[in-house]
Amino acid sequence: MVKADPLGVLTGSHYLDGDEACAEGALAAGVRFLAGYPITPSTEVAERCAARFPFMGGTFIQMEDELASMAAVVAGVWGGSKCLSVTSGPGFSLMMENIGLGIMMETPLVVVNVQRGGPSTGLPTMPGQADMMQARWGSHGDYEVIAVAPNSPQEAFDLTVEAFNLSERFRTPVFVMLDECVGHMTEKVVIPPADEIEVEPRYMYTGDPKEYLPYKLDGNEYNVPPMLHAGQGARFHTTGLTHDERGYPDMTPACQDVLVNRLVDKIRKRDDIVHLEEDGIEGADVIVLSYGISTRVAYGGIRIARERGVKVGHIAMKIVWPFPEKRILELVDSVKGILTVEMNLGQMALETERLAQGRCKTVLAGHAGGTVHDPKVIAKAIEELAK
Amino acid sequence: MYELRVTGFGGQGVIRTGMIIGKALSLYGGLHATLTQSFGPEARGSACSAQVVIDEEPVTYPYITGTDFLIAMSQEGYAKNVVNLRENGTLIAEKDLVVTDPEIKRKTFSVPATRIAEDLGVRIAGNLVMIGFFTAVTGLCELEAVKQAIPGTVPDRFLELNLRALQEGYDYGVKEYGDAAVTAGEATK
Repeated sequence: MVKADPLGVLTGSHYLDGDEACAEGALAAGVRFLAGYPITPSTEVAERCAARFPFMGGTFIQMEDELASMAAVVAGVWGGSKCLSVTSGPGFSLMMENIGLGIMMETPLVVVNVQRGGPSTGLPTMPGQADMMQARWGSHGDYEVIAVAPNSPQEAFDLTVEAFNLSERFRTPVFVMLDECVGHMTEKVVIPPADEIEVEPRYMYTGDPKEYLPYKLDGNEYNVPPMLHAGQGARFHTTGLTHDERGYPDMTPACQDVLVNRLVDKIRKRDDIVHLEEDGIEGADVIVLSYGISTRVAYGGIRIARERGVKVGHIAMKIVWPFPEKRILELVDSVKGILTVEMNLGQMALETERLAQGRCKTVLAGHAGGTVHDPKVIAKAIEELAK
Repeated sequence: MYELRVTGFGGQGVIRTGMIIGKALSLYGGLHATLTQSFGPEARGSACSAQVVIDEEPVTYPYITGTDFLIAMSQEGYAKNVVNLRENGTLIAEKDLVVTDPEIKRKTFSVPATRIAEDLGVRIAGNLVMIGFFTAVTGLCELEAVKQAIPGTVPDRFLELNLRALQEGYDYGVKEYGDAAVTAGEATK
């Protein structure tokens, strides 16, 4: 890890909305290229970056659509920049093909999805959390993803920095799954000095460029090959087709087997890509599992249930993908039930159900989006589970 | 915990009012303040509203569930939102633009914010007059904290004018409601 470039760090206390704080997190992490297409409720992220880029030599391009935005961002990384794109549900759908390209070419980048109510154009100005499975499975083929879910403007800053660090470490696209409520909520955000912000540098090839093979592994602990950018002296090729270590197409089952297994395993086989905030788990009868804005609303329900004497713990997921399987499996035998609070009709709740396999009850407190939960409804669901 | 709603029409600086009060409280007032806004066609002239949840503890639920302080800068904003003003809540009204309903009895403070701003030559600074007045009559935040919050939220070249508008509103509050202001201030402690 290295220290952040002070040019991008707006050290101090600010009163920012989640979108603006997310932009500041990206700039602090070193983003100097953003390609995107405006869409409510995400536009403020791009606006903020576009306004701040001139002071640090960054470039913002408003592209013709989200397909092109994602292509430009993938290319920008291979051109040597740290890159970001920003969108909401409808645009996220359009980005999926080139997100897959980013995954296949092992391109470190971040896509912010400020979720609104869907499907389709749905509720442009109101919150949703119904793109969680799309983040996980939206592009075709076998792969694993990493995604974070901030619950406040402060976390939008902190977790965007973390998202970039994870993307560089594992050389893969990482998603910041905001929602309209957090995106448009204004709160105090403290941005530390640049020398207190840890940034994962790109994992670069340091040998003779003439010998460079873009997908040759070197035993790196994250199971990713070192990178060179276009114009750094090496002749190389990269493609979305199944490729060998030279980056040339090798469309054989054997090559596919090695490549896709590594792409999946570099994330699936690790159990340290976890970021949870836990409260009152010890001795709890019921566990509430939540992420994003729902963690804050869930807290209101938990408080009511605790006042009524229910032993209830809370797991607030900051990293939502990969799902915290190990931690959930540790708990399924000791609790009566797990209540997943999310602004959709059952997405992450299916993950708890899959893991619990009937060893404890798994229940959803969900709704179709447009506003946050009523804490009283959550309290009632907790009490039902505790019976 | 206090819940504040600011209402008016687009162009009056309604959202900015919520922003400056929230910023003053959370950055310079030692409290937590979460601002949300009703997000709609906020073109000049249409109804809009900003909500601020104010607490000593970090705010968990982000939206307001009732209103303790209603700043009404338009008749429509008043009519639509006064019904949610709690019985012990406080109405802060734009004197020339809001006719209050005698049936709905709430502690009320009024200020001709737009007229005061016009006298200063900047009609659009009516919201700053309102913020100054709000500061004086509620005692919720210190005038100094509000002054600190203003740079960065208004264009630099209008900073001095905005600070004057703020002071005018504050002075009007003290002049008109001196004792009541103290009472209101006490009530919020």
